[in-house]
Amino acid sequence: MKKYITEKITLFIAMLAIVACTDDFINVPSKNQNSDDFFNTAKDYEDALIGAYDLLQSTYLNVLLGEIASDNTLCGGENANDTPGFQQIDDMIHTASNEQLRAIWSRMYAGVNRTNYILEYQDKITFNDKDNIIGQVKFLRAYYYFELVKWFGDVPMIVDKRFQFGDQFNIDRTPKAEVYAQIEADLVDAANKLPLTQTTDGKVTKGAAQSLLGKVYLFQNKFDEAANELEKVINSNIYSLVSDFNSIFEHEGENNSESVFEIQYTDAEGASFDCLQCSSGNVAVGFSGIRSYDGPVFDSGFSFNVPTQELVDAFEDGDKRKDVTVLDIVAWAEANNAKYTEGYEHTGYFNRKYLPRKGDKNLGDANLTNPNNYRAIRYSDVLLMAAEAQNRKTSPDDAKAKLYLNQVRERAALLPITITGSALTSSILKERRIELAGEGHRFFDLVRTAEASKFINGFVTDKHELFPIPTIEIDLAGGRWAQNQGY
Amino acid sequence: MSLVSFHLMAQQIVTGNVTDQETGTSLPGVSIIIEGKQVGATTDFDGNFKINVDPDEVLIFSYLGFTTQKVKVTNSNVVDIQMELSLDKLDEVVVVGYGTQLKKEVTGSVGVINSETIDQLKPVRIEQAIQGQMAGVAITSASGAPGSGSNIRIRGISTNGNNNPLILVDGNVIEDLSVINPADIKSINILKDATAGIYGVRAANGVVLITTKSGRKRSPLSISYDTYFGVQETSNHIRLLNATEYAAIVNEAAAIAGNAPVHPNFASYGTGTNWQNEVFSSAPIVSHNLRASGGTEKFTYSVGTSYLDQDGIVGKEKSNFNRITFNSNLSYDISEKLNVKATGIYTHSNQNRLSENALGSVLFNAINMDPTLPVKTADGAYSLAEGLGNEVINPMAQIENTDDKIRVDKISATLGFKYEFAPNFFAESRFQYNHSKVKTDVFKPVVNYGSGKVFNISTNELVDNDDKYEDYTWDNFLKYEKTFNDIHQVKVLLGGSMFKTSGTFESYTGTGFSDESIKNGVSIGDAANVVDQNAQSKLRGANTFDVRLLSYFGRVQYDYKGKYLFSAMIRRDGSTRFGPNNRFGYFPSASLGWVISDESFLEEVNFIDFMKIRASHGIMGNDQIGDYRFLSTLGGQAKYAFNELIVEGLAEGALANPSIKWEEQEATNIGLDITLLSNHLDVSIDAFSRKTKNLLLSPQVSGILGAVAPGSSAPTVNAGTVENKGLEFLVAYKGDLSDEMKFRASVNLTTLNNEVLFVASQNGFEQGGAFGVGQEPPLRMEAGYPIGFFYGYKTDGIFQTQDEIDAAAVTSVKTSPGDLKFVDINKDDKIDLEDRTNLGDPHPDFTFGFNIGFDYKNFDFSVSAFGASGNEIIRNFERNQPLVNKQVSVLGRWTGVNSTNSTPKVNAGTSPNSLFSDYYVEDGSYLRIQNMQVGYTLPKEAIEKQGIDHLRVYGSVSNLYTFTNFSGFDPTTSDGSPLAAAIDLGFYPMPRTFSIGLNIKF
Repeated sequence: MKKYITEKITLFIAMLAIVACTDDFINVPSKNQNSDDFFNTAKDYEDALIGAYDLLQSTYLNVLLGEIASDNTLCGGENANDTPGFQQIDDMIHTASNEQLRAIWSRMYAGVNRTNYILEYQDKITFNDKDNIIGQVKFLRAYYYFELVKWFGDVPMIVDKRFQFGDQFNIDRTPKAEVYAQIEADLVDAANKLPLTQTTDGKVTKGAAQSLLGKVYLFQNKFDEAANELEKVINSNIYSLVSDFNSIFEHEGENNSESVFEIQYTDAEGASFDCLQCSSGNVAVGFSGIRSYDGPVFDSGFSFNVPTQELVDAFEDGDKRKDVTVLDIVAWAEANNAKYTEGYEHTGYFNRKYLPRKGDKNLGDANLTNPNNYRAIRYSDVLLMAAEAQNRKTSPDDAKAKLYLNQVRERAALLPITITGSALTSSILKERRIELAGEGHRFFDLVRTAEASKFINGFVTDKHELFPIPTIEIDLAGGRWAQNQGY
Repeated sequence: MSLVSFHLMAQQIVTGNVTDQETGTSLPGVSIIIEGKQVGATTDFDGNFKINVDPDEVLIFSYLGFTTQKVKVTNSNVVDIQMELSLDKLDEVVVVGYGTQLKKEVTGSVGVINSETIDQLKPVRIEQAIQGQMAGVAITSASGAPGSGSNIRIRGISTNGNNNPLILVDGNVIEDLSVINPADIKSINILKDATAGIYGVRAANGVVLITTKSGRKRSPLSISYDTYFGVQETSNHIRLLNATEYAAIVNEAAAIAGNAPVHPNFASYGTGTNWQNEVFSSAPIVSHNLRASGGTEKFTYSVGTSYLDQDGIVGKEKSNFNRITFNSNLSYDISEKLNVKATGIYTHSNQNRLSENALGSVLFNAINMDPTLPVKTADGAYSLAEGLGNEVINPMAQIENTDDKIRVDKISATLGFKYEFAPNFFAESRFQYNHSKVKTDVFKPVVNYGSGKVFNISTNELVDNDDKYEDYTWDNFLKYEKTFNDIHQVKVLLGGSMFKTSGTFESYTGTGFSDESIKNGVSIGDAANVVDQNAQSKLRGANTFDVRLLSYFGRVQYDYKGKYLFSAMIRRDGSTRFGPNNRFGYFPSASLGWVISDESFLEEVNFIDFMKIRASHGIMGNDQIGDYRFLSTLGGQAKYAFNELIVEGLAEGALANPSIKWEEQEATNIGLDITLLSNHLDVSIDAFSRKTKNLLLSPQVSGILGAVAPGSSAPTVNAGTVENKGLEFLVAYKGDLSDEMKFRASVNLTTLNNEVLFVASQNGFEQGGAFGVGQEPPLRMEAGYPIGFFYGYKTDGIFQTQDEIDAAAVTSVKTSPGDLKFVDINKDDKIDLEDRTNLGDPHPDFTFGFNIGFDYKNFDFSVSAFGASGNEIIRNFERNQPLVNKQVSVLGRWTGVNSTNSTPKVNAGTSPNSLFSDYYVEDGSYLRIQNMQVGYTLPKEAIEKQGIDHLRVYGSVSNLYTFTNFSGFDPTTSDGSPLAAAIDLGFYPMPRTFSIGLNIKF
């Protein structure tokens, strides 16, 4: 009897096993939502928008490398072989094998894809304040595409849908003019949809969209449109210059009245060298820091992006911006009993606007988690762009141009400019260099005004205006894209 | 060695007792038959038997694992037999997946290691028992630190993904072998060829089957206790400059760069601080094992407990590992036809970890640290490594400030029923379960190692991870086993298996600790601010995973007279890792064997005792990829800062590839087994080929797809073919030179040829690894080359003069006489990235191992060694900084025209010498004396009165010496991943251990 029961039990177990073993056993849904089954609530749009903002933090590299490429700074670093991608661009001997250019390319497209993902589903539901979200997304897409056009010229463009695996083999480079047209359309739409101010600092505003649009016009020499657009920002009376230039780049100067658009960073969470784009801190700041520094006010860093003597000499006497922009480490060390070591291409100067400051938490990796926000568009930049546009538009308004220029100069305790015409143009451009030194604009300003070969050693006209598309990226897309001229 | 006594008597009842010759214990269940008759008997619980015989008849005593004995009955009515453990390996039982086979019936390539070998090697980890013992199986360790893992690579590396074999302990999936006490193991069987295909999708990297010790039926309680105590020390020091030599070299570099001497008065420096002597220390290791086993007619049991406590040779208790295990193995015959078996292992382990094999790890710092600096300055503070680069810090301060603990609690249990529900039909159901809790606490106290050091901490921080893992495997199968007419043996297996593994991750970061709590050791509860790192993913339950496999399998084995062997199997696997269209895969394989020695034409050849040819061929699979890679999910990272706070959103994770499918490996094996010289010499030869197709990898993809976004990654695609081909030789001799002298020796050799045949990424290669700071990845996977070959500049000596430089192709970095000369591979008159080429690879051309042992009277002696030849290693433990210490080889540096053509000048300025070139590639060939042991077994007479069955004391040295030209710590250590392996940043060497031990059995 007992045997009979055990036999039954065994058979029962065997039966159960066979019944239980249906293919449903391996049908387990993912805990992470399917990306095609999303955007069902306003919160979903807000969550995805955070993802679209995220890649802004990776643009530290565009800023750092934009500065190194210019005549404002040298590459520096530890030695001549430290980050060859930087060194080569500094010396204008870069080739299409450059990991740093590839990083810029890939990160900006990651940003494009995250914005396109939202816009792919922009019509799925309606909710209050949707315009505000879509406006921010369109600004961000324009921001990423603008970076791509600035660096690489014609770039593959997709609008309102994601690049899917396989698309890379079919898509061609879209002519620069078409990409610009899309950027303009996005920014016009964004400006229409966005409020003048946001409740949270750092979110895109109407003024930010208009300012970026003005800049985009300027890059295409559309001075009339630029003047018109930038005028709107100035007349909105939202923004004003901060009287103390020195305060702008300190922690308490973040998101101030001069801040039109500012990329937000924090010291609360870092990343490793394996994924610098994952850091929530400003990586460029640690890279620009004084090597092995021991002293007050600043933290140390990797001594990249060191200002040249020529930049220092370009400041007029009495310019209050000089000591804010450039740190004379020799004098500073002597005055403060500080210690440091010299890195490669040591000039004795550091990019003081974006040096690591003492007192930050720097969680994660100390050098990669600096909280310094990047002041992407300052009101002084808007004024100088407006000045340039007024000066260079079809029927120039030099009076207005000088009014805007001299506002910037006045704050720096410099005398007003009184000249007009092309001499005024030169003064405006020189003022741009000084006002915005260390902020990553110089190289592209020189390129768009066709003056780069005059200022940058090794710059070859009709070649170095654009950076090469990384060879590997051409290969990975099926090898169909032509390389930029000269590479 | 049988002792048989005879007394003449006709037609009688013979009685007797059968014992184990080695241990003296009674052997129950020994089969006794009369030659030529079907009549037989079996020994009872006490080893006694009784049988009716005629005079001159021959009794055949046979028992599994022991040599069969024939005894002619003469005039005796008492026959006492002492059975000897089988010399004949052919009687060994080999585990082949859902069953066992006699070794002589095996048609696949199976490597076997038994408890004898494990006893002899006393490995701290099981992998060490395999190392050098088996052809075709390579063991590398990423570290010699206590408790750190090893990598088992069976017949080469076939993917740049996961190359780990499937490891089953009593049928239970175990990924980390550190939870298993090696002394609990009865046997390790490694399936190396297509016969592993019974495990289908999990078999592509081979299968390791581990069986734990069980009790024996009808045997009295036996208690054994094994212990050893050892002292470990480093097996190697790197030859570095002392303080005086260092100062001279630093001054020379400064002079070349046009700077003032750094150490103007160094004559009195002496030898300075030897940082390696500071970080290395001798460290104790203690092991205790206690086991009780036995069995009755129906019940067998084996229960054990063990304790291991091992300090590290670096940082002593700061790299301590300790482990307690409890294990049990029970079997009960409920009825003649129904058996139930249960096993259980509980493990509790603690490990302290130090930074290893990284820029700025402890040993990296010990190599690079300035020898003129004291460990501590006069004021008692650790000296700061100023000016040595951002990553080089005082290693003693680093050890002091490291607080990194990992605690594992794991239960592994199995329960199995076997039921003979009809004659020759068996049903088996086995349930295997694992549950583990892994808690990691890393506390980073505020510390300043010097100006600008990347390891400086400005805020006390604790990272606390609590991970839970759970898995089960439920196997159900039917077996039919029958021999027809004594000549046709048929075995059929049909079954199914369900496997589910799941887990939960918790991660918290705490800041704001009181001084009080820091003094007493912090826990996350002490933190004023706690951030839940998984807060976002928890909302949707995504801090978990759930992976499942559903499998059906069948196998038919047939042999004719044990002479012609055939087996075929097929398995269908379904995995949650693949999309609905490709979810199921079919994996067939077949094997053949021919026992030539049973053929009549070889029967007359006396010196051949056994000879078999085997062949196997089949397809196995691999699903070792990330979860849901066929689906685009919102598993990415979306973090931005608003108002100084991190705000989390949602973003796409890894790029999806809906058409992803099984990776398939086609494996072929041809083997020959020969036994010669009256069963004293075994020879096995295998030739194998493993071709892995549709390789699952995440190749680089076009940047426009957005894969570099935080939390995203390239899609996993089937995109490559890798082939491993090789030969394996095994020769083993065992014999008695005299009554008092027994001898055994074995040698194995494996050749391996690894080649990537195809990589589908558009650019034709994948790259990985890191060299120096900020340089291009040095390792590649590319068609026509071994996987992970080194890619960099080839050198051609040293530039002797400026004229030579002016006439040569150079890099964009300023080159001066005394610098390395790079070869202009593409002949474009400049040296740039396009001039990089193949500089070697980490795969040995051949690996080998040998073991020799002999017993003389009560003494036993054994030695084992293994080695590799033709593998290269990248030397990456020298920080390229003017003020770091250097190897003594720098004393032969270039100092002027024609001074040398091999070592470049020292340099404090700009030079291209630090670019990755073959100057940094070294030959990693080695031969290691792994273990040497002398033991003494006390004579039985001396201990019997104390009730002791067996008592042996021994002394041993493991990792005695390594012959190598490699300049790093240890050529055997290697990172396990194919595109990061063999880059040496100062691997933690395997320790040399002197130990004494005791085995006692009651």
